Amino acid sequence: MTVASAFFYLFSSVMIASAFMVIAARNPVHSVLFLILAFVNASGLFILLGAEFLAMILVVVYVGAVAVLFLFVVMMLDVDFAELKQGFLQYLPVGALIGVIVAIELVLVVGGFTPSSATLAAARAPTPPDVSNTMALGLVLYTKHVYFFQAAGMILLTAMIGAIVLTLRHKPDVKRQDISEQNARTREEAMEIRKVPSRTGV
Amino acid sequence: MIELNHYLTVAALLFTLGICGIILNRKNIIIILMSVELILLAVNINLVAFSSFLGDLTGQVFSLFILTVAAAEAAIGLAILVTYYRNRGSIAVEDINMMKG
Repeated sequence: MTVASAFFYLFSSVMIASAFMVIAARNPVHSVLFLILAFVNASGLFILLGAEFLAMILVVVYVGAVAVLFLFVVMMLDVDFAELKQGFLQYLPVGALIGVIVAIELVLVVGGFTPSSATLAAARAPTPPDVSNTMALGLVLYTKHVYFFQAAGMILLTAMIGAIVLTLRHKPDVKRQDISEQNARTREEAMEIRKVPSRTGV
Repeated sequence: MIELNHYLTVAALLFTLGICGIILNRKNIIIILMSVELILLAVNINLVAFSSFLGDLTGQVFSLFILTVAAAEAAIGLAILVTYYRNRGSIAVEDINMMKG
């Protein structure tokens, strides 16, 4: 067994085990931590496949941003997670049945798959032989798929605006500086001159 | 020697675990979102494995876009979750019935 095969079995077994723990852990914080472990091992698999750029992006985006966002939300919400865990045993038989059926079907379908030589010859963007993975990806991404790249940017912008709009909250009793309102004040509406009669007050 | 089938089998098992997670934890929406992330990860492994073994970079480009959509989905989903928790004080899935007529 070569070193690459040993690492494949290591990464995939740890990934499957931690994915199992994500759905089986009692504490959601542990679930998020196991999710991070699964992502790190998946990035190891990507490196074995020669996709270094995607492996690094997986670590940066998933572990650095998405998993930490999950962790943040799990810790911020004060929820009784033991109560949410109640139906677990009740749903276990049907869940296990569906899981076994899906797993058997998928393994039967993909287990015997071998790409034909016609498929291999029909590559739309064949990997250039002498450049690094990141450069090859950039050469394809910024030329052939540039519109999809822009669409991805629009999706991220929409997600950012949506998340801000959803979670931004103005408390009604907090006084904030409103510069445009300050600048729009005129002397007429800001000042008022009253004749105060003596010994009565305003 | 590791072939394409090995990677496809691992991705299939990961996909199955994601489906099971949605079925088993159907009260806890945070675990459901994490299971969706697992499913998308399985899809990414499939795409990258095909891209590597067929020598075609398009799979990796597509995987990059799936990563983008997954990040956007997680951000929006968690934002909706936080807003919902503020309004109801609970995140149980069966309580999400405010729009029922």
